Amino acid sequence: MKKLFTILALSAATGISALAGNITVKGSDTLLILAQKWAETYMASHADVKISVSGGGSGIGFAALQSQTTDLCDASRKIKPAEIQKCMVAFGGARPTEYKVALDGLSVYVNPENPLTELSVAQVGDIFTGKITNWKDVGGPDAPITVYSRENSSGTYEFFKEHVLKGKDFAASAQTMPGTAAIVQAVVKDKNGIGYGGAAYGGGSKLLSIKATDTSPAIAPTEETVMNGTYPIWRHLFVYVNPAQDKGDIAAYLNWIRSDDGQKYVKDIGYYPLPKNLRSN
Amino acid sequence: MTNRPQNEPRRSHGWMGIHRGHRARPAEWLAEKFIFLVSLSAIAMVLLIFLFVAREALPVFFGETNTALVQKPIPPEDLDKHSAAELESYLEITPDQFSKMKPAELRDLLSVKVEEQNDIPENFRNDPDAHINTTEWKYLVQPHKWDNYAKPEYIWQPVGQIKKFNIIPLVVGTLKVTLVGLLFAVPLAVGAAIYVSQLARPRVREILKPLIELLSGIPSVVVGFFALLVMATVLQSLFHYQTRLNAFVAGLALGFAVIPVIFSIAEDALTSVPRTYTQAALALGASRWQTAWQIVLPAALPGVFAAAVLGFGRAIGETMIVLMVCSASVMSWSIFDSARSITTTIAAEMAEAVSGGPHYRVLFMLGALLFAATFVSNMIGDFVIHRFKLKLEGRK
Repeated sequence: MKKLFTILALSAATGISALAGNITVKGSDTLLILAQKWAETYMASHADVKISVSGGGSGIGFAALQSQTTDLCDASRKIKPAEIQKCMVAFGGARPTEYKVALDGLSVYVNPENPLTELSVAQVGDIFTGKITNWKDVGGPDAPITVYSRENSSGTYEFFKEHVLKGKDFAASAQTMPGTAAIVQAVVKDKNGIGYGGAAYGGGSKLLSIKATDTSPAIAPTEETVMNGTYPIWRHLFVYVNPAQDKGDIAAYLNWIRSDDGQKYVKDIGYYPLPKNLRSN
Repeated sequence: MTNRPQNEPRRSHGWMGIHRGHRARPAEWLAEKFIFLVSLSAIAMVLLIFLFVAREALPVFFGETNTALVQKPIPPEDLDKHSAAELESYLEITPDQFSKMKPAELRDLLSVKVEEQNDIPENFRNDPDAHINTTEWKYLVQPHKWDNYAKPEYIWQPVGQIKKFNIIPLVVGTLKVTLVGLLFAVPLAVGAAIYVSQLARPRVREILKPLIELLSGIPSVVVGFFALLVMATVLQSLFHYQTRLNAFVAGLALGFAVIPVIFSIAEDALTSVPRTYTQAALALGASRWQTAWQIVLPAALPGVFAAAVLGFGRAIGETMIVLMVCSASVMSWSIFDSARSITTTIAAEMAEAVSGGPHYRVLFMLGALLFAATFVSNMIGDFVIHRFKLKLEGRK
């Protein structure tokens, strides 16, 4: 009997040490491509580490984090208090650690035929809440505005609602599209359309310059303006981890992601690297 | 007492002895039990799925969820002044989780909750909507005059500071899309069934029947894709409505998915009308069209009705097409406005809903509603088909 226990204990121990080189990453679809790029690059130089990345959405990631079926959780929004609570219950009182891993500038797309070049944040908000319904009210042609939005499961939707719409509801008539690429495609086909999403996706549509207030200068979304914070609509992308797990291979990987080496892949995917002062947490 | 000649060879017992009138062999017995188990597991699956959906949805049915944004915070040092039940509901944890937690952990949780309350933006603090529980039935099914709105409205906006869970726009959207789909599919499918079963020459029938049934082999995501890119543009240039992606486009696309279902059942019903009916009608001098329209169709009407009902069940549960083509939760009966169906809502929002939270519960509640709707419509369909068979066979 004793022997059996020793064997079991041994196999459990080896099992754990074999797992130590495995990192699972789950969460935001916004971050999925970037997370895969990071994982591939990191595995190429660290043969002993295996990283498996999957998407599903930030909420799915947080659910997996609290059920401890993933080591890292990608998120395109901040963790909600309800999720912090669930994680604390699961982690024995510890809060998940938050790491900022990249910057994303959100652009406002319109049809290339639209003569408009700039809007203020407040005007964009009024268009998306349905308060402004005609282009002539913001200096455009006399035509009704068709609003394209994301599914409310998207972190981008939530960010836009909180920061541009100031928490007000999207117009009920806003068409929800399954992804940013679908929004761009709809706006390109619809000359009265307006949509929002990552700056990198905007191909074919026109990206509006945005004024923070009615009197401030209009800023176009570029790497420079997003990184120095002058472009008004931008957000962080995050990775969350159970603090008890944040050691060894996982800590090394997280440090690498936020190093110059890891950050240089961010731009390939269409997001922006963290400014230097944000990299060491 | 057969008087079989002695020299006739013994007749085969069939494969593994499975043949009427013989004693079951072990292999046969095993196969029978296995098939029985498989069919039992199908019933068990349906029951389990229903129980699972119902369990997740129950807190909404009984009004146990609370989404009031502003709650009276319990400071961590007041932990001992409150009962376990109060703390469980305030912290949204189960009694089981509560019993496992140490007082220090509970205090930590309470302090997170206080932070959450402090995090609420100033403009929401004085909003009357921030104090109501939006998952009460009143707010789920009746219009409410929300802040920032001019009049009482049905709003589905489940994400944000004040979560609005009115399910009426979704129910209306679902019915709107389904009805357009059926109005398009039923006449076409039944017409095709009459033609194929009664009027077409055998060669034409042999080509048409599999071709129409092949439609059901097209994955709905492909139909949705086609509708999104091609049908939406073509229909908009034909009808000149404002919203490019609307219930009309979704309904037509849905029709394509439903046509094979209705066609194949209606065709079966029409074919199973006894040949004597047709022969008698033709002998009395009716034309083939008169026979099909006035004799065969009325005789098969219950079966055709059942086909339409089963088509309804298929249409109301269809997700992908509606998800791809339109999904704005507008409260409007106009088919040229956008719509958002229940299935779309569940498919699109479940991924990000906080597990166990109010949004998650309401989505499960919608799932339970949908389950009930398809279950009832399929039951009616099956029941009518059964009655119809008995009637045609003269056993009723």
